[in-house]
Amino acid sequence: MADTDLSKNDILRAPDVAREPTVVVDDVHIVYRVHGAGSGKGSATSALSRIISRKRSAGVREVHAVKGISFTAYKGEAVGLIGSNGSGKSTMLAAIAGLLPTEKGGIYTNGQPSLLGVNAALMNELTGERNVILGCLAMGMTPAQVRARYQEIVDFSGINDKGDFISLPMRTYSSGMGARLRFSIAAAKTHDVLLIDEALATGDQAFQQRSKRRIEELRKSAGTVFLVSHDNNSIREVCERTIWIEAGELIMDGPTEEVVRRYERGERP
Amino acid sequence: MSTVSEPVSLSAPRGADAGLTPKQLADKYGLAVSGARPGLIAYTKQLWARRHFIWAFATARLVAQYTDAKLGQLWQVVTPLLNCAVFYLVFGVILSSKEGFPAHTYIAWLCIGVFVFQFTQNAVQSGTRAISDNLGLIRALHFPRASLPIAFTVIQLQQLLISMVVLVVTVLASGITPGRTWLLIIPALLLQTLFNTGVSLVLARIGAKTSDISQLIPFVMRAWMFLSGVMFSIQDKVSHWPHYIQTLMSLNPATIYMDLLRHAFAPVIYNPHQPVHQSLPPHQWAYGLAWGVGMFVVGYVFFWKAEEEYGRG
Repeated sequence: MADTDLSKNDILRAPDVAREPTVVVDDVHIVYRVHGAGSGKGSATSALSRIISRKRSAGVREVHAVKGISFTAYKGEAVGLIGSNGSGKSTMLAAIAGLLPTEKGGIYTNGQPSLLGVNAALMNELTGERNVILGCLAMGMTPAQVRARYQEIVDFSGINDKGDFISLPMRTYSSGMGARLRFSIAAAKTHDVLLIDEALATGDQAFQQRSKRRIEELRKSAGTVFLVSHDNNSIREVCERTIWIEAGELIMDGPTEEVVRRYERGERP
Repeated sequence: MSTVSEPVSLSAPRGADAGLTPKQLADKYGLAVSGARPGLIAYTKQLWARRHFIWAFATARLVAQYTDAKLGQLWQVVTPLLNCAVFYLVFGVILSSKEGFPAHTYIAWLCIGVFVFQFTQNAVQSGTRAISDNLGLIRALHFPRASLPIAFTVIQLQQLLISMVVLVVTVLASGITPGRTWLLIIPALLLQTLFNTGVSLVLARIGAKTSDISQLIPFVMRAWMFLSGVMFSIQDKVSHWPHYIQTLMSLNPATIYMDLLRHAFAPVIYNPHQPVHQSLPPHQWAYGLAWGVGMFVVGYVFFWKAEEEYGRG
């Protein structure tokens, strides 16, 4: 850090400059309650006997998905979340987006974070065109703004590259096309905090490049981007900071190069 | 963290903020709890900002609803007409309910009742599924969730306006001439729409948490239809019953809105100079207003109370 030539990353890491936080995660615990996980509890007789005996359903099991994670993300940061399947990465993102209640601890954000996931279906029976318009209106754009951005969104998604697909219902799209359109709609607005859950993995090469550029733009306009991915190269390209989560606990939080290297080698600090 | 090669924590606050706890840091920069429910006024403002979304969503859904059917949107009109035909046969002809009405007016009376009741019935049914059927949209984008049940009520209103054309033709064909009372159709429908929106908001919240309710709704709606006097005059049937039951029956919002619209469309049915006629209780407009405004306010607040919970889990 003794270089005189201060690049953007060095300014961010300068130890004496106060930075503006956008996401504060303070000792968060998240517990899922799964109903009907027991064996054979779904039959009519057992449901009836439960009602009569007034016992709490025996089929409820608790899954402690996130166990006391704390970190703070700042303006202009792109933070990667890595970890094996089921480690709690997606749960963490959903909680930051406010879609999951926390059992303990608090999550504080600047504005309303937007979560972009692979499974986030829009309105399947409507055409792509309608989905673009309705999605933008739902995010709070005015009809005039939607008209102005419409073509840009469609071009960005690349849906119309191979013919007029935008006027077909979304249920006819391939999973990659659907994911591309959803990402394009959500990325049309400037978000303070954008959470991306594997959404880049489904697009093709050209689309991934466009998405990475768009994430870079969002970051420069003082937003914060979180990226969950199993593609370590995407993480390396997009994020300068990475958090490694395993079994609901924070293993490491630091510069991407170091964290990803250790993650790939499986060496825990 | 016992790493050697990590000089600066990327997470810890620096400079003037160094040493603050996460909570203090969040407070200092005015960060809000993620997913917290906004105040009632702020919520209403957000909802007002989404009015274009509500309208566009309703229109798109209405168009898409019948894309799979060959006759398309014609079904919107044909289904209630078929209902009217069956009810006319069973209740008008076989059970001779049409005897308490001025000549040739029963069929108009019946059709208005069927269309008006169906408006509330559809609002109830779509309200129950408004949240649970649109979880994808709710989890993907942030918008005030009340937009959805309200949009579904708008869909029902648009459908009703289309079927109104058929209704007007039926009413005219049964020899009823348009008069000044037709102007009352507008306020009556407005009040009913307010009421439906309120009911739809209440059921949307219940339906989002308890999926069992959708099994119960068809039964409840059928019971409500028979108790409201859609195809026969309920007042005639309970006139010898204890007074409190009659009072209870007269508070039924479905009966009130059907009465208001039947009177607006065909005042002749309620004309006391006819040899046989129906009676319109004098307080019907006040009750209609109270139900409409009251239900809307109750439903809106009830729905808003759980705003942060929709789509969770």
